Amino acid sequence: MNNNPYLPWLATIEEIRVEVTGDRPVKTFKLAFQDEKLQKDFSYLPGQCVMVSLFGVGECFFAISSSPTQKGYVEVSVIKLGKVTSALHECELGDVLGVRGPYGNTFDVDGWRGKNIVFIGGGIGQAPLRSLINYVVNNRKKYGKLDVIYGARASQDLCFKKELSELEKREDVNVHLSIDVGENGWKKFVGFVPDNLLRVKPSPKNTVAVTCGPPIMIEFVIHNLLKLGFTEEQIFTTLEMRMKCGIGKCGRCNIGNLYVCKDGPVFSYKQLKNIQGER
Amino acid sequence: MLAEYQVFGPVHDDGVTLFRQIKDPSELDLQFSNSSMPPKALLLRQTETLFKFRLGRTVKIDRVNLPDDRTVIFGIRPCDARSLTILDQVFKGEYEDPYYLAKRKNTVLVGLSCTRPEVNCFCTSLNDGPASAENMDVLFTDIGEKYYVEVKSDKGKHLIAGMKGLLTSAKEENEKKKKEVERKAVASITRSMNIEGLVNTLDNMFENPFWQTIAMKCLGCGVCTYLCPTCHCFDIQDETTVTKGARVCVWDSCMYPEYTSQASGYNPRPGRMNRVRNRVYHKFNYFPKNLDVTACVGCGRCIDNCPVNVDIVDVVTRAQEVKV
Repeated sequence: MNNNPYLPWLATIEEIRVEVTGDRPVKTFKLAFQDEKLQKDFSYLPGQCVMVSLFGVGECFFAISSSPTQKGYVEVSVIKLGKVTSALHECELGDVLGVRGPYGNTFDVDGWRGKNIVFIGGGIGQAPLRSLINYVVNNRKKYGKLDVIYGARASQDLCFKKELSELEKREDVNVHLSIDVGENGWKKFVGFVPDNLLRVKPSPKNTVAVTCGPPIMIEFVIHNLLKLGFTEEQIFTTLEMRMKCGIGKCGRCNIGNLYVCKDGPVFSYKQLKNIQGER
Repeated sequence: MLAEYQVFGPVHDDGVTLFRQIKDPSELDLQFSNSSMPPKALLLRQTETLFKFRLGRTVKIDRVNLPDDRTVIFGIRPCDARSLTILDQVFKGEYEDPYYLAKRKNTVLVGLSCTRPEVNCFCTSLNDGPASAENMDVLFTDIGEKYYVEVKSDKGKHLIAGMKGLLTSAKEENEKKKKEVERKAVASITRSMNIEGLVNTLDNMFENPFWQTIAMKCLGCGVCTYLCPTCHCFDIQDETTVTKGARVCVWDSCMYPEYTSQASGYNPRPGRMNRVRNRVYHKFNYFPKNLDVTACVGCGRCIDNCPVNVDIVDVVTRAQEVKV
């Protein structure tokens, strides 16, 4: 670890995958550290984030969307929205970026051993869940029943389509996809993610539910999870805020007295309920 | 001192007193009550280059050297010295900020007790005092014909060692005189706020319409954050030409909507009420919870300079009276 937390390591874009096209495109970038030792030693857990820089443009804080079980690189899945993400979408293979991290806390993948897990994602919110899903699937025997509930506005807005269809083929993972508005040829659920959750009706017994997506979706998902009998301690979410430093100093990403970059991004609902603050 | 250190002291210029580097003691303004701006900018620069880079097919990062000039801040007031002790805690911790800490390590605080506190001073409400040596390396107190000198740290001892010829051992009467000066200064402070139980009070009034009332007249100009000795929030920006650039850390302010505005267009603190409330909570609730210290030193600058008279003493006093 270098002792200046603001200095990024150089990483090369090894692969770019187009996840979503259209108005709100999403791409996944596979980044390999130039330093070979770091490439081997960089360790993280699902839920953690990295600060990615485009030199001359700026930095952005992204959830790592790859799983630590996939060694030698990190992946971030990015929706094109602002200055940095727009520039990132223009990047080509071989371009050099800066990466610093990993930052933040993690999903409690050890504590959840032996439990059933329900993953509830919406849109680009699937990025941190993808890391967790792949981690859990790669350690399949350690976990119970797995339900992946994921939705987007339209079928083309679903991220990680190829991986999802591979998951669908597995016997030991249940995938429940949805889109907000019906389309010709779509045979799966039509409606919002929280409604799909009610339809799937996962049992709260020995289960944790992890959700990530737009704030309004998270709110209704939590509401419905409580309705299904999940306790506050069984519900986890991962949040985002505008960030600059990633290390709890620049001030802006606080929810109450907690910094999302450092004390989050993963929070239990029990924790969140007790923090007063804008999010 | 001037030979061994770069010395910053209060200099009167065009109606305001600011900390500037001095070459000669005659430049000092020792009649000042407090500087218009706190000396925090000497440690937390308004613009700090984090590193430079060269662009091209490959990127090359060039580190910048951390400053190692030995520095004296002469004439710093006890409230501003206290703010640096608070900022130290922000920039230390799990991740250390090398830019602030390098300067801090090489800086000696040679303070000057307040003998004439200003009308909006209230340091005594925050467990501090106008002649407190607690956060100083050396503290000078004007006791009439002499200065009473207290040396509080090794840095201070080292500095004082170079001025032995000018000093005599303090006698009991000198100490008495200092106490007397201190007592008079304390007595002349007229404003106060009660921070007892404030963390709890604030915990119970986050959703109270009180905050709408308080924020109503705020213009969102940010002068309170700019002049606050404990405000430290910053932005990181890239400045660049085609072939090279630098990543710079610049002061930012939580009073501006852009501060929290997200790329999606969503802003968790969209209203002035949210931002005013966040600022008050950051100082009087979040800081005490996270670092066990209230992030206000009672310097009164935000009160003196607010264009619409938002008065933090008044805000806290009224908050304490809100029935929850």
